[in-house]
Amino acid sequence: MIALPDGLIVIAKRDCPTCVLVEPVLRELDGGGMPLTVYSQDDPSFPSGVSRRVHDGTLETSYRLGIEIVPTLIRVEGGREVARTYGWHREDWRRIAGRADIGAKLPELRPGCGSRTLEDGIAEDLALRFGNVRLAARRVEIGSGEDEMEACYERGWTDGLPVVPPTETRVLRMLQGTNRSADEVVGIVPPDLAPCTVEKVAINAVMAGAKPEYMPVILAALEAALIDEFGMHGVLCTTMFAGPVLIVNGPVAKAIGMNSAGNALGQGNRANAAIGRALQLIIRNVGGGRPGEVDRATLGTPGKYTFCFAEAEDSPWEPLSVERGFARGASTVTVFAGEGVQGIVDQKSRTPESLARSFALSLRAVDHPKLAMMGDALLVVSPEHSRVFIEAGWSKARLRQELETLLLTPGRELVQGAGGIAEGLPPSLADNMVPKFRPGGLNIVRAGGTAGLFSAVIAGWAASGPIGSSPVTREIAA
Amino acid sequence: MRDPTILLDPTAERAPAARARLPRPAKLDRLTVGVLDISKARGNVFLDRLDALLAERGIAVKRYRKPTFTRVAPVALKQQIAAECNVVVEGLAD
Repeated sequence: MIALPDGLIVIAKRDCPTCVLVEPVLRELDGGGMPLTVYSQDDPSFPSGVSRRVHDGTLETSYRLGIEIVPTLIRVEGGREVARTYGWHREDWRRIAGRADIGAKLPELRPGCGSRTLEDGIAEDLALRFGNVRLAARRVEIGSGEDEMEACYERGWTDGLPVVPPTETRVLRMLQGTNRSADEVVGIVPPDLAPCTVEKVAINAVMAGAKPEYMPVILAALEAALIDEFGMHGVLCTTMFAGPVLIVNGPVAKAIGMNSAGNALGQGNRANAAIGRALQLIIRNVGGGRPGEVDRATLGTPGKYTFCFAEAEDSPWEPLSVERGFARGASTVTVFAGEGVQGIVDQKSRTPESLARSFALSLRAVDHPKLAMMGDALLVVSPEHSRVFIEAGWSKARLRQELETLLLTPGRELVQGAGGIAEGLPPSLADNMVPKFRPGGLNIVRAGGTAGLFSAVIAGWAASGPIGSSPVTREIAA
Repeated sequence: MRDPTILLDPTAERAPAARARLPRPAKLDRLTVGVLDISKARGNVFLDRLDALLAERGIAVKRYRKPTFTRVAPVALKQQIAAECNVVVEGLAD
């Protein structure tokens, strides 16, 4: 704590009309019974005509006094604060100053203005300089001639695109986005099985371009990805294509401005882009999962930069979160080990029966048309396509049920060698009717722009299910 | 010049903060050694001798020359050396 001069202290700034209003009062107080010290947060020559004027240019005094509103009047006795008021309230000022005559010409009451300590971008700097904030991460000094962006590349911290340099101020601001303590361990991140604190999440979220308000979603996404069923280690190290695809449900999606509409699976929305990327950067930086090392993907997929979108919930269809057992109105994130986007173009079907057949035919391409019960699939149905089903009274569950029936195939068409293709199912399945997906392996979400009779298949990892990865949903908490 | 920037390490901090140099090869057998003359006076005397000593040992040598010692090597030259050599030696003699 700083030493306070006995007498009266006023913290003010010229930029505040109430502070300017009380300028004559400050002159009245100066030279009165109690010594007066005025700290100016902006103009060193403000207020005029006061003998003990201190320029609080660094805002240290204002910060340490916890000033939120200017002017603030404080009475100090024996080095200790004994009374305080803020704004201009004549009676309070007269009582604290012990002067029944001051401010006679002023109105009785005027609210004050915000203290400069609370301005955007300043509060975190002050907390770092003068507060008790201690971040645990190793501090990496970047040379004065070094480019920050290049420094991040050279240290291997990026996914190939530039990252926002994780300065202490930015990280502290990111941490304001969650109620959770910075040193709390969120989970153990593969492949290095490194503990990941909320602080490390925040650092990588900064780098990914996230806003603090995305933190709860990023934390829930990471928790979901680290649940054993998801099998993040396998998803990372596979030679196949998959990476974590995030689907966000519930009010949080709108609150943070996520895109569930036009180009929902594409670029351009900050929340979609940064949340998916933050998870990938955590896997890379905290977990040590880097391509060419433990990530052994043969081809990979562009979704491994980021793949995150929200479900369009403005229809009678049940959101994915509700289908997966969460309360309506809950915000959730579901992580799915997915590949790329395969479009389904069907501009002719006007009946659910026809469109479901189109979908089924397209879904057969997951992994290989002759393979079955390997990769799961996420079917993304656009608003125009979903209308065909909704107007005919088909729920999502009904569509899935119809698709499961349509996707039953005589084994003999799929076995190795059938159709002159060596790839296929084991010969033992020749006499069975074979489902394309394992039970529960086909999920449906609704997203996309209002124009376009197009939907999409996001194929899952060919090692879907208990042997590899199952989708995991986690509720998003503050 | 500005003050040094502090960045917070986004990794699990299992590697040292300062990046290690690439390990030097134990032997030069089957490696190609680039010999880069930075165009400083008499550098060629030293490098010619080095070239001869390496050649005596049957080690492949490729010679390169920077246009001037006062500037960093042109990007194309750096890329060429990186593509053609496993090891590079540069030196000056004054």
